[in-house]
Amino acid sequence: MAFTERPTSTDAVAPRLSLWRLVWPARVPGHFRRTARVPWIPIAIISVIVVMAVFAPLLAPYSPIDQTLRDKLLPPAWMAGGSDKYLLGTDAFGRDILSRLIYGARVSLMVALLALTAGGGVGLAIGIVAGYVGGAVDSVLMRLVDAAFTFPAILFALLLAVTMGQGLGTLVIAISLLLWASFARVIRGEVLSLRQRDFVALARVRGCSAPRIMLTHILPNVLNTFMVLVTLNIGVVIIAEATLSFLGAGIPPPTPTWGLMISEGRGRIADAWWVALIPGIAITLMVLSVNLFGDWLRDRLDPRLRQL
Amino acid sequence: MKRYIARRLMQGAILLCMVATIVFFLGRLTGNPVDLMLPEDATPEDRAALTQTLGLDGPILDQFAIFVGKAVHGDLGMSIRMKQPAVEAFFDRLPNTLSLIPWAILLGMMLGIPLGVVAALHRGSFLDRAAGTVAVLGIAMPSFWLGILLIFVFSVELGWLPSGRMGGPAHYVLPVFTLATFLVAGFMRITRSAMLEVMESEFVKLARIKGLSEAVVIWKHCLRNALIPVLTLWGVFVGNLITGAIVTETVFAWPGIGRLTYEAVIYRDFPLLQAVIILKSILILSINLGVDILYAYVDPRIRVT
Repeated sequence: MAFTERPTSTDAVAPRLSLWRLVWPARVPGHFRRTARVPWIPIAIISVIVVMAVFAPLLAPYSPIDQTLRDKLLPPAWMAGGSDKYLLGTDAFGRDILSRLIYGARVSLMVALLALTAGGGVGLAIGIVAGYVGGAVDSVLMRLVDAAFTFPAILFALLLAVTMGQGLGTLVIAISLLLWASFARVIRGEVLSLRQRDFVALARVRGCSAPRIMLTHILPNVLNTFMVLVTLNIGVVIIAEATLSFLGAGIPPPTPTWGLMISEGRGRIADAWWVALIPGIAITLMVLSVNLFGDWLRDRLDPRLRQL
Repeated sequence: MKRYIARRLMQGAILLCMVATIVFFLGRLTGNPVDLMLPEDATPEDRAALTQTLGLDGPILDQFAIFVGKAVHGDLGMSIRMKQPAVEAFFDRLPNTLSLIPWAILLGMMLGIPLGVVAALHRGSFLDRAAGTVAVLGIAMPSFWLGILLIFVFSVELGWLPSGRMGGPAHYVLPVFTLATFLVAGFMRITRSAMLEVMESEFVKLARIKGLSEAVVIWKHCLRNALIPVLTLWGVFVGNLITGAIVTETVFAWPGIGRLTYEAVIYRDFPLLQAVIILKSILILSINLGVDILYAYVDPRIRVT
């Protein structure tokens, strides 16, 4: 459903929905604000992490890779034996955990961006084609979607890492495999109902070709749903990336990623808990914030998706 | 009913062929499969022998035929690291995983279903929101990290429970809890939404009119019907459990098939990984088939669609 086709409210001046209105809902005098509260805290956390990722070289106090073995396994600054030089302590190679955390945000967000573009894009295309064309194409594509749901994508991700070698490309392909099916299923459902609408019939009567209808009439109307799906899946991607890194199938060391940091700290849990536990807190905070933000965005843009 | 089962079996067979094909071609994708199949210090004679048995000097379709022929006879290659047939390694480890999973499912249901019922009964209340928060947090925490956190708290700091490996009942506590977190949120959300739907229905009103106690209405009439959707999502849960077992067994050094998968990855043991993936696929497909048949038996409407 496009912005302009939402059922207009009964207010005298129905406010046009703009991006700004999303963040700051209009208050109509005498009415309660109709929408859920804006999740400021999650937005703040997401912003901090995005800023960390973008300006990593400026913000990180040390190199995330260079080793200073003299300073290895120092606890965070607030603990006994901690040094002011390393706010969150150091790992077994004397690398600053804060710096690695900041650079790790880069990897997480980059993978999320690429995988959501690739996997989400494929899912979007398949969903539109399956929903609009229908018939045999639809049933074949939906069988594929069912098959993708049956198999844990992690198995293929591990297989890819072993056969193609670890790296950003492999990781993005693997995570896209995890995503496309759920996108395709939801988008198809949306397209099925759009196809019945008058403006599509009109376009067909005017002689628009099927590709043209899909691109110029269907696509803009499913973009809202697509955006909501993208937001709701950022958390899925971050967890998947961390899990694959943890299992030795992510981006290879020494590039700092949050999952790899946890994996490296695992063996040291008895004497240096901060190495493994701090990156996990970062992941949890990030995923929690993104999910809360996504829930709110869904309620604002497309409440029907709530059943998912 | 017979037609339904036959169709399901066909679908399962097609899927299995797809998996085998993907595994086969991915193994051939990167140059010489001999490099993937043999350890780095293999002698030229070994390499020549393997090239011969895999038919690598022939066309790729012949190679595929050889691969399928061997696979049908249960030969999926020798594990590089364990020096034993990969299929054998899988079945050696399978019982250890099977001893873990029922407890995890039980715990997941015991936590998830009552939470879902309570959340549905007090919809929108503090309890509902608290249950929702638990679910959201459960999804946001990477489970391998949760496992490490549990080890830190209960093994390192408190010293109450062992941190890994198989052993007596105490060894089960942390892995079962970690594995169950993969299921709790799912069980809770489905139960909650199914309960909300069932509580509106006519037969529940009738049960109330009959004067049955609220407890009987909720826990017997409502919950029994709300559990049907839980069954439909079984396939998703099986997938979660497979993923969960890999992560949990890795964290707790549990010698099951999940840990075997991890070892195959970090030691780059391609024959083993290939066997693990194909056998796990068979496992998943059989479970799904069984559940589908059971479901069609419970709910006759399914057979028609």
